Parts: sequence; structure tokens; C-alpha cells
Amino acid sequence: MQLVTAAPGAFRKLDPRQQWRNPVMFIVWVGAVLTTALAIAEPFLGGPASSGGTAVPWSFTWAIAVWLWLTVLFANLAEAVAEGRGKAQAESLRKTRSTTTASRVTGHYDAVTDAGAERALLQAVSSAELRLGDVVVVSAGELIPGDGDIVWGIASVDESAITGESAPVIRESGGDRSAVTGGTRVLSDRIVVRITSRPGETFVDRMIALVEGAARQKTPNEIALSILLAALSIIFVTVALTLNPIASYAASPVSITVLIALLVCLIPTTIGALLSAIGIAGMDRLVQRNVLAMSGRAVEAAGDVTTLLLDKTGTITYGNRRASAFVPLAGIQPGELSRAAALASLADPTPEGASIVELAGAEGVEVTPSGGEVVPFTAQTRMSGLDLSDGTQLRKGAGSAITSWLEADGRPLPSSVIAEVEEHTEHISRSGGTPLVVAIKAPGVPPQILGIVHLKDIVKDGLADRFAELRSMGIRTVMITGDNPLTAAAIAKEAGVDDYLAEATPEDKLVLIRKEQDGGNLVAMTGDGTNDAPALAQADVGVAMNTGTSAAKEAGNMVDLDSDPTKLIDIVRIGKQLLITRGALTTFSIANDIAKYFAIIPAMFMGVFPGLAVLNIMGLHSPASAVLSAIIFNAIIIVLLVPLALRGVKYRALSASKTLNRNLLIYGVGGIIAPFVGIKLIDLVVSLIPGF
Amino acid sequence: MGWLFAIAALATVALFLAVVHRPLGDYMAWVYSAPKHWKIERGIYRLIGVDAKSEQTWQAYLRGVLAFSAVGLLLVYGLQRLQWWLPYSLGLPAPSEHLSFNTAASFVGNTNWQSYSGELTLGYTVQFAGLAVQNFVSAAVGMAVAIALVRGFTYRRSGTIGNFWTDLVRGTIRILLPIAAIGAIVLLAGGVIQNFNGFTEVSTLTGGAQSIPGGPVASQEVIKLLGTNGGGFFNTNSAHPFENPTAWTNVVEVLLMLVIPFSLPRTFGRLVGDKRQGYAILVVMGVLFVASFAILTAIESGGMGTAPQLAGGAMEGKEQRFGIIGSTLFSTTSTGTSTGAVNAMHDSYTALGGMIPMLNMMLGEVAPGGVGSGLYGLLVLAVIAVFVAGLLIGRTPEYLGKKIGPREIKLASLYILVMPILVLTGTALSFAIPGVRDEVTSVSIWNPGVHGMSEVLYAFTSAANNNGSAFAGLTANTPWLNVTLGLAILLGRFVPIVLVLALAGSLAAQDKVPATAGTLPTHRPQFIGLLTVVTVLVTALTFFPVLTLGPLAEGLL
Repeated sequence: MQLVTAAPGAFRKLDPRQQWRNPVMFIVWVGAVLTTALAIAEPFLGGPASSGGTAVPWSFTWAIAVWLWLTVLFANLAEAVAEGRGKAQAESLRKTRSTTTASRVTGHYDAVTDAGAERALLQAVSSAELRLGDVVVVSAGELIPGDGDIVWGIASVDESAITGESAPVIRESGGDRSAVTGGTRVLSDRIVVRITSRPGETFVDRMIALVEGAARQKTPNEIALSILLAALSIIFVTVALTLNPIASYAASPVSITVLIALLVCLIPTTIGALLSAIGIAGMDRLVQRNVLAMSGRAVEAAGDVTTLLLDKTGTITYGNRRASAFVPLAGIQPGELSRAAALASLADPTPEGASIVELAGAEGVEVTPSGGEVVPFTAQTRMSGLDLSDGTQLRKGAGSAITSWLEADGRPLPSSVIAEVEEHTEHISRSGGTPLVVAIKAPGVPPQILGIVHLKDIVKDGLADRFAELRSMGIRTVMITGDNPLTAAAIAKEAGVDDYLAEATPEDKLVLIRKEQDGGNLVAMTGDGTNDAPALAQADVGVAMNTGTSAAKEAGNMVDLDSDPTKLIDIVRIGKQLLITRGALTTFSIANDIAKYFAIIPAMFMGVFPGLAVLNIMGLHSPASAVLSAIIFNAIIIVLLVPLALRGVKYRALSASKTLNRNLLIYGVGGIIAPFVGIKLIDLVVSLIPGF
Repeated sequence: MGWLFAIAALATVALFLAVVHRPLGDYMAWVYSAPKHWKIERGIYRLIGVDAKSEQTWQAYLRGVLAFSAVGLLLVYGLQRLQWWLPYSLGLPAPSEHLSFNTAASFVGNTNWQSYSGELTLGYTVQFAGLAVQNFVSAAVGMAVAIALVRGFTYRRSGTIGNFWTDLVRGTIRILLPIAAIGAIVLLAGGVIQNFNGFTEVSTLTGGAQSIPGGPVASQEVIKLLGTNGGGFFNTNSAHPFENPTAWTNVVEVLLMLVIPFSLPRTFGRLVGDKRQGYAILVVMGVLFVASFAILTAIESGGMGTAPQLAGGAMEGKEQRFGIIGSTLFSTTSTGTSTGAVNAMHDSYTALGGMIPMLNMMLGEVAPGGVGSGLYGLLVLAVIAVFVAGLLIGRTPEYLGKKIGPREIKLASLYILVMPILVLTGTALSFAIPGVRDEVTSVSIWNPGVHGMSEVLYAFTSAANNNGSAFAGLTANTPWLNVTLGLAILLGRFVPIVLVLALAGSLAAQDKVPATAGTLPTHRPQFIGLLTVVTVLVTALTFFPVLTLGPLAEGLL
């Protein structure tokens, strides 16, 4: 199906100006032109030639010409199919780009007195006319006319056109969620947006170019490989060109058709034909995972990454802490502590509060809302709680805050209690948790600390295994967190990361990246905030979250539309897969030459030197059928390998040695054996053609 | 029985090398990295007016190599053209322009292809002041270039790759001269001659008159072998009893050829700080060498045909005192090391047997190759092997902590292009240009047909690989062959050197990437196997067609 739609593209690519970009296939193209000319001329020049002392049937040159054209076409087809996959996606993106009308603020936009642009003069212009720095107003139901940052307001935005995610997201001015993308729709409220991209250079424009493969630049490894393939091709061209002068002395010259056939069989056509398809398909695999790579270089660098910087929150742990245990002080009933803690958290809307109620419920303590006054958390008091109608006050919060609350009436707490609390909080901190002290003031009773709630960062399941996998691939993971070193160390240990950076500021991150790079490491990181931008730009692979600011997106070389930081690991995988696929097909292509030699060389000179028949180890029918079979195999193998090129070689996280052994066995040894079998089978069919 | 003898011979060689390679390899590492200059060395630097203190960029290093070699070329050419006026010329006239060019190119390019007939063309002055000097310094140049490439791997973020003049002078004075002195004494003890007698006229038993040449043979002989040069004092080279009198001097000569090429990997391992890397290279060289020796010995021992059966072996062109195994060991060594000395006539080997020395050269002289050139040749192939392996494991390839990127691959690819193009186009042009073809087929080729083609192919293979041995049936002293073979020698020597030094510069400029679990270890059997296969495959794919027209066609008839 894909093949059918790609077929016209394959023919269009026969244009020599396009063919020229791929030197290996250009040689085949020239060979096809030459043999076709020969096939046409032969009847006028006295019939089909004999070659190397053996007569060949009249249809020989024609058959070779046809199969050479097919070889070129198959290569073009592979590229066209790879490009075709991106085309559909580009089409749907293009729709979002269709010109919309924008309400542009004319004249001066006054950010201080009229931030909402309520009184400003608005002018309806086409979105194509928007320039960098223009300010537009977008109301509910309208499409955002271009990429920009919200300077005023908050709105829910439907970004499904870009991310495919149907749930709307909240975008607001200031902070790390201020970036909006052109072509997305505002669902509610009204926002003022400052345009940050030039026309034609918007995010969507770049995305279209990327998925269509138009913006694809060759990566360093691809360039190096092309050079190696070109060098091999030059050697084989020399071999072919020098063969006849030498043969003319010692044997009899070979026909030009056979020489071309030899040349085409020897040059690495398999990898030459599929090289660009592999690259395009690699980018496409990223796009399918909703990652946009701004350059192919970044994708390749991802495969080489040796250090991964991962943010703790959201990547290694779930976003929120959860209560994991109640630690009552000596002489307090466990039930008493959990009841008080649950009551104090009843009206607490944070996930931490909810998790305390949940944990109490799990321990069989059910509390129901019974009125009373909620004391919310403030930055000053650093605690929250509930005042019951009977005068009982319940509080939970940081240890020092609770102590000073209890000692507010002048009576100090017994030092034994303070020592006990400190011992527990210390212990909890050391294990990576956050201690939450619970206290009670009831009328007629001295104020009392009941115990401590152990809040814990929950490490995502299966991460330790993934990090171990990364380690075996030679990748070191470093956790970045704002936590204190004690907590950070504990979480790092639980998650199984190799190292951590505690109390990290954006500057610390930058310093860490520089230090790693000085040691020759390649660093990958994710980030979303504007203050991440320098680090994102410094990292070899910087993945910006789509929810992040436009500064972050500008600085990174990839954007993750799903804003999922764990995807970094997938990106590394895809980068490696890309390289392996190229390496595998190169090895296969060159290994194939051995069998092709055993098919063609005896066929070339058996007429003069019958002794060379011992080299015909495949027992091919006749010299003509041997040469044709080799050419047919050479063409068909391209088609057979297209799925592999598009899908990529399966990547397993094994050590370098094991991976190499495996791939050498499959593509090296397999590449030697496969053509022996293939050419023999094709020869069995070809030998049925009269004359061959 | 023959096999036991072959194994014993090989074991003797292996044992000697096993003992000697460590101290010699370590010593050479010290020579090239020691900070202090010897007094005599400082004198030489002052004499030739070079700055030996500062390190050079790769371009400056290259300019040194090229300028030094160009001066050498002019000097050897001039000495030959002026021979008539020189003392101790033994009354010999100046060789023709094209022959002088060929000889000059040949000795400056560490090839020692001899279109001339040793004792009958050149007098003592040219032999000493021209050829013997080049025997030393052309070898030292090869070693210097190899060391410069090794520095590319060891230096970090450096704009320089060492100092050519120090490398050249130290290689000559601290390595080649002392070993040559010891070797010459051993050869003298073995019966190799050393005199200035000129020609001695004697009457033979049958009453005929014979003119027996003398000369300073031992001193020439030792550096001919040690520096993997190969140009003999006598036309018949090491088959001549004055050069190689007995079976045991034969073994000594084999060892002299092998000792530096097989010790340099140890030097390499020492300098890069990981001896295992050196041993990996050493094993690849050793495997190819042993395989080649085994195949050649098997073919020659099983030589078919009436004459060999009557003679009890394929003894045509071999010396009775060396026998088949003494000959095949010497041939394998000589063609495997780019020496090109012969103690038996390769042209007279069986058809398939003659292909093996040719294949040894076609490998690009890496088994173990010439002094220096063998090491840098194999390191370039290692760069290619690492690149393919790197792709297969999904990482930008790196070798010894240096990334192999587009620039490195470009240089390595060009390196492997040079030799096949020179060999194939040289051979093809000899048959393609009408006037030349007539001359080549009527004057040069002794055996018409397939074997004649092999002779021409062998000549260009030998020249482009800087070997110097020949299928001696070919008369090479013609304008066409003298000039083209001379050019093949110069291009085959200096174009790769340009590329290797550029590669060294490019590697030295890089920082070192630390090894992780994801880095491919390049000292394990796996990589050794891969490198061996890459080396053989590149050669096989390039030369299979032309070999089928030569030795294969002849041998499979």
C-alpha cells in the first residue's frame, strides 16, 4: 500500500540532478543508462557480443539494463516510502497553519497601565503579517495566530493539533507555562500574547519541514559512512576500469555489460540505496513518539550520550510526597496520632494531605468532617490544621514551627520530648523522607506532641531496572534535586541512580554539565523553565518540555510534545538504533560481495580459463545466468531490506561486546551466507529462460 | 617430516621474538619519549641547522619528512649520474637518467626495487654514500611517522605531534645503528664478506676465467634487512652465498627483518599506556604472518608437475642450502615486512605459490609490515574496523579514546584507496597504451601469457607497497617501467605518509573520551578477529578479479 503511493515519487527521483546526491546509486544510474544504450545499439552493431570468450544470449544486455533500472527504482522507492510516512503528518499540521485572523494591538502596548489591552486599539490582520514582537489578543474560541509568550492572562488551550493530546492545558502569563504555539485553540478566557517567531519560522513550520524530511541534514556519522562508501566505490570503479586492459593481454576482454554488472554488484548498493531512508525513518520514529528533533545531529548525539541528567520530581519520583508511616512518640497510642493527623488534614487540599487521610483509613481510622475551623498553610506559620468546636486545636507542620506554636504560652516543652522528636525527624530525613510533626492543644490538658508523619518521595516503579540497563549501555545517570543532600542521597540510593546533585540551582546544573563535558562525556538533560535554558543549550542533547517556556524550547535541540521527562531514555535508544541500522546494512552489503564474486568472476573468464570452473562453487547454470542472477539478487535484496531500514534494527541493552557479536553474526556472517543461497535460487529460475 | 621442520623453524623465530620484543619495544618507547638529547645528536641538529627543541604541528612535521626525502632523492640521483667521476666507482659508468631516477626513488621510498644489477652497475661510493645512507634514514622516516601517529592517540588537545628531526635522528642513532652493528658482526661470523677488493679474476677448474666481485657486503646486508629495505649488494640478493652463506645465517636474516616490525606494537602499547592494545595489533600481524607462511609452505611442498616430482620438491629457483622451508620462511618474511629481499626466485614458485608473496604485499604491508609503515598501516585499518564496529554497537566510534568522525574516516579511506589504484592503473596502463604495450610485451615480459601478466602485476604491487621484490622474469630496466615504477614507489610511500600525519594531527587535537561500559574494548579477541577480517576482506575484494587473470588462472588450469 505504502509502496503504491510512493511509486510516483520513486520515478520522479530518477532525475540525474537528484540521483547525483547519492554517489553510489548515481553509479548504478549511469550503468543503467549505458546498458540501455548498448541494448538498443547492439542489433545495429552486429548482434549481441560474447564476453570473456563465452557467448551470451541476445536478451542478456536487455535483462541487465532492466534490472539495473529496477535497482535504481527500488532505492528511490525506499526513500519515497520513508518520506511518505511523514507526509500525512505534515498534511494535518499544515491545516493548522492555514491563515487565521489575528487581533493585533496597534500602536504602543502599555504593559503597566493596560496589561490586559482592554483599552488598546485592536486591528484585524492576517496571521501571516505578524512580525516578531507584535502583541495580539486572543479570546475564547479563537486560534492562536503565532508562537509566542503570554504576557497577560490565563487560559485553557487545546493543543491537540500539535500533541495529539485531547485534554486542554492551562497556559498563563509569567513563569514556566507561558509559551503558546500557533495553530492551537484557546478554549476559555482571554489572553494577550507577544509573538516570538518570524512568519515561516514558527514551531509548526519547523515541524512540517522535519517530518517531511526536507530539513534533514546529514549527521556526522552518516557523512563519515558516505565517505567510506564512496572510497569503496572508487576502488571498485578502478577494479572494473582496469580489468579489460589487463584481460586483453592475458585472456580476452569482457563485454561492457558484464563489466557494469560486476561494478554494480561490488559497490555497496544495499546500504547506498537505503542510507537516506534509514535517516528519515529514524527522525520519523522520534516524531511518532511525539519528540521533535531540531537537528539530526542531536538524534545521533543521543545515541552517544554518556551522562543523563534527570530531574528528581516527575522523572524519578512521582510529583508529590505521600505519607508512608505514623511514628507516635512514647506513651501515645498509634490510633491517637493517626486520628489527629487525619483530622488536621481533612480540609488540606494538597496531595500530601489527602495521602495522610488515606493512610489513616488504611490503618482503620476513619474520620468524618465534623465542622470546626480550618487553619490553612501559610509561609509564615509553616503549618496547617483544624480548630474543633470544643476548643481543641490540631496542627501539623515542620518541627520548629510546631515547637514554637506549642511554646507560645511561655512553658517550654520537656527536653526529653524535644530530643525524641529530633531523633525521629533526623531518622526520617536520613531515609529520604520529610517529617511532619503533629501536635494537639486541648482545653485543660498541657499541649502535647503526638508524633510524626513520615512523608516520602515515591520512586516510580521499575526505574532501578532501567537505570541498571542504562549502566550496562555505558550511561551514567545523575539525579538533580532541590532537596538537601541527606534526602537526595537516600532517594538516589532507592532509585538506583549513579550520582546526585542536591540543592541544585540552575547555575549548579550548568557547572555540572560543563564538568562532565570537560571529562569528555556527552550530556543529555530535560528542562522546561527559562532558568533551564542555559543548561539546555550547553547540554549535547537538551530536551525541552512542550509545556515549558519558549526560551527553554529555543535553547534545547529537541522538544518533547508529551512533556514526559522519562522519554530521554527512549531518545537514547532511538539514537543508537539509527547507528546500528546503518552499521548492520553496511556490513551486510559488503559481506554480500564475497558471494557475488564467486558468481561473476568465474562467469567472466570461464570461456578462456575452464579451470576457473572450480570457483563456481554455487554450480550456477551458465555465465550469462550467473551474472544476471547476481544483479537480480542485488536489486531484490534492497526491497527485502526496506522494512528493516524503516523499522530499524532491534536494539537490546547489552554490553558493547555482546551487541557487536550479535550484530556481526546476524549481518556479517548472515551477509556472507544469504547471497550464496539467494543467487543460487534465482539462478534456478533464470536458467529456465531460453538462451540463458 | 617437512611439517615438523616448518614448525620448528617458526617456533625458533617466535621464541626469539618473544624474548626480544619486550626489551626492544620498551627501549624504542623510551627513545621516542626521552626528554634529553645525546651530545652527538645535538651536534647533528646544529650541523643540519634544525630546531629540535620545539614540537611541530603535523604540517611542519610533514614538511620535514618531504623536504628531507626530496633532498635524499636528489642526492642519490646526483651521485649516480656523476658516478664516472667519483672515487671507488670500479670504473662503472653512470646509469641512464630513468634508471637513476628509479633507483633514487626506490631507496628514498624504503622500497629498494632494483632495476639495476647490483654489483655490475654501482660502485662503492654510490652504494655507501647513496644507498646505505638511505637504507638507514628511509627506515627511520617510516618509524618516525608511525610514532607521530601514535602520539596522535596519546596527546590531548594538542596542536603538535612531536619533532620530526629528533624522531629521525634518534631512530637512526639509538635504534638502527646499534642493532645493525650487532647484526653485522653476527653475519660476519656466519661468513658474509666485508672487503673493498673490487673484482677478483680467477681461473675455474674447467679452465674458464671468472670475475668474482667483493665488497662491503655485511654492513650493507644487515641494514638492508633491519630497515626492511631489501636492496641487495648483489643482483641475486640473499640467494647469493656472499650475502647469505648458510641455513643459519638465513634464520638470522629472517630475524633481522622481523625484529623491529614485531617490536613496534609493544612500543605502541607502551606509549598509549595500555600494553594490551599493542598486543592486539601484534596478534593480528602474527596471525596473518603465520597463515601466509603455512599456506605458502603447503603449496610449495605439494608442488605438482613432473620436474618437482623428480627433484623431490618444487626446487626451481630455490637454493639447495635453504630448501623449501628456508625459502618460504624467507619469502613470507620478506614480502610480509616490505623488505623485498629474496633468497629464492618468486617468479619460479608454483603458480599459486607465487600468488602468496603477492598477497602479502597486497594486504598493504601490515603482516607485520615495514619498519613503522606496518604499524601505521594497521592502525589506519583499525580506524576503519573501529568505525564499522562502532556503528554496529550504536555509538559514534572511538579508538583509544579518540572519536572517529568524518575527517578521520576521510583520511583513512583515502589511505586505503592509494595503493590499489596505483597497482591496478599501473598494471592496466602497461597494457592499455599501444606503444607501451608493445615494449612491455616484447622487451620486458619473459614469459608471455598469464604468467607475463603476473610479472607486471607483481612489479606494480611491489612498487606501490614499497616492497622491492620482483617476479624476476620481468626486465624492468626500460624507460616506461623505470619511470612508472619509480612514481608508484614515491606516491605509494609519500601520499599515505601525508594522510597518516594529517590523521595524527586530527587525533592529537581531540580530547580523550573516557571509556565506559558502552565502549568497545579494542584489545579482546573479538576486535582482533574483526580487524583481521577487515584487512583480508579489503584486499580480497580489491584484487580477486586481477588475481584470477594471473596466478589463479595459471594455477587452476
